[in-house]
Amino acid sequence: MSLIETRGLSLRYAAQTILHDVDFAIDRGEIVTIVGPNGSGKSSLLRALIGALRPAAGTVTRAPALRIGYVPQKLQIDSTLPLTVQRFLNLPERRKPEAISAALARAGVPELAARQMADLSGGQFQRVLLARALLGEPDILILDEATQGLDQPGAAAFYRQIEEVRTSTGVAVLMVSHDLHVVMAASDRVLCLNGHVCCEGTPEVVADAPEYRALFGTGTQGALAMYRHHHDHDHADHDHDHSHGGH
Amino acid sequence: MLDDFAIRAGLAGLGVALAAAPLGCFVVWRRMAYFGDATSHAALLGVALALAVDLPVFAGVLVVALVMALIVSSLSERHVSTDALLGVLAHAALAVGLVAVSLLPGQRVDLQAYLFGEILAVTQTDLITIWGGAVMVALLLIWRWQALLSATLSPDLATASGGNPKREQLILTLALAITVAVAIKVVGALLIAAMLVIPAATARPFARTPEAMAFWAVAVGAVAALGGLAGSFTFDTPTGPSIVTLAAGLFALSAALAPLLRRG
Repeated sequence: MSLIETRGLSLRYAAQTILHDVDFAIDRGEIVTIVGPNGSGKSSLLRALIGALRPAAGTVTRAPALRIGYVPQKLQIDSTLPLTVQRFLNLPERRKPEAISAALARAGVPELAARQMADLSGGQFQRVLLARALLGEPDILILDEATQGLDQPGAAAFYRQIEEVRTSTGVAVLMVSHDLHVVMAASDRVLCLNGHVCCEGTPEVVADAPEYRALFGTGTQGALAMYRHHHDHDHADHDHDHSHGGH
Repeated sequence: MLDDFAIRAGLAGLGVALAAAPLGCFVVWRRMAYFGDATSHAALLGVALALAVDLPVFAGVLVVALVMALIVSSLSERHVSTDALLGVLAHAALAVGLVAVSLLPGQRVDLQAYLFGEILAVTQTDLITIWGGAVMVALLLIWRWQALLSATLSPDLATASGGNPKREQLILTLALAITVAVAIKVVGALLIAAMLVIPAATARPFARTPEAMAFWAVAVGAVAALGGLAGSFTFDTPTGPSIVTLAAGLFALSAALAPLLRRG
């Protein structure tokens, strides 16, 4: 069965319908990207999937005992709350120190455990959030514009990290992103959202869909084509640069 | 100086610090200061109610504070700005409580005691009630500590990990009502919120983890309670204001030291 499935899902916020009739499912190991303009209901859909937003209509079904690793768009920690990275990673469950070191290393920030959350840079903060999401050995990672506030190399490095985690653990990934070409290229499936599901399919199918073009124009087509071209090349010799862990 | 009533007063003050200081950390972290105000001001209405129907004051305050806390809690869940509304509730509760007390037939209520606290009024039974309530609050917070922290940090993150932030909010609401009922005899309805917020804020610069902050808040609260009581005896000043004055002094000291601690 699917990890998470919605049937006829509608979401309302303050008497306004933000999403309607969404049928969606994601399976084990899949990478699915949600694209759509601002206010199209992307974040709301994710919040409904994790159970933080109650459907106005329709259903959300999560697989039994599903473990979700959620990385929110941003996390505002009140300045009155003192919190080290180590302590943050011990919420909501206490973890073994080795597990925490391993998760930080996998997220590309092995040296941060003793730092205060408030002192982290944007990139470090997002990676700590990723480390936290990974700690629960999730079946699915749900990322809500996780690279917001990162510069392009930072975002690219972040997505490389995600890809690597997927390769090594087989976790499913569902993400919302504005970095259309980067993200779409890496996806198995793309969901284009604008108050409802406009179109859906492989990156190529969606990029060619008239609904998608109406929303985003053809500007991204070039980037996707470039990616395809790049992707056709031999992968054996590419090497990722992991040296710049913290931005 | 170490008369029975002085020891009772000291123990009562420590009991209040034990409950109010760690709970106050959550009040500060979650920006619920007005929430504390509204709930503690409603305590006076509870006093009137208890006297009217001949219930123990503790029970009346507990019930009314709980109802008020639940109202405020459900209001703040809506997406509208609740700041003004909370302000209205906090002061309306106080005003209605004062009116209600004055309307009690044939009763001469020592209003001063309920507004500002009265150490001399702390009896053996009060002490048992205060410590019973304080220990209950402390145990509640310790039991739910991890979940409360997670929900405070981010309700969405907590939900995604299988938590229930609404339940944790409810537990804080309950803890707040108990604390108000426990503290009214010692610091009085007007200043309970100060005992929540000031020790926590004072402890902040000295802490690197939430637990350390809660610990130092209890220490600050205890020093303020005992020192304030002593001052209240010595200078014949009202207890609640004396305790809060000392707490505010400690806060000022901590704020002055904070820049020195920042780079270490």
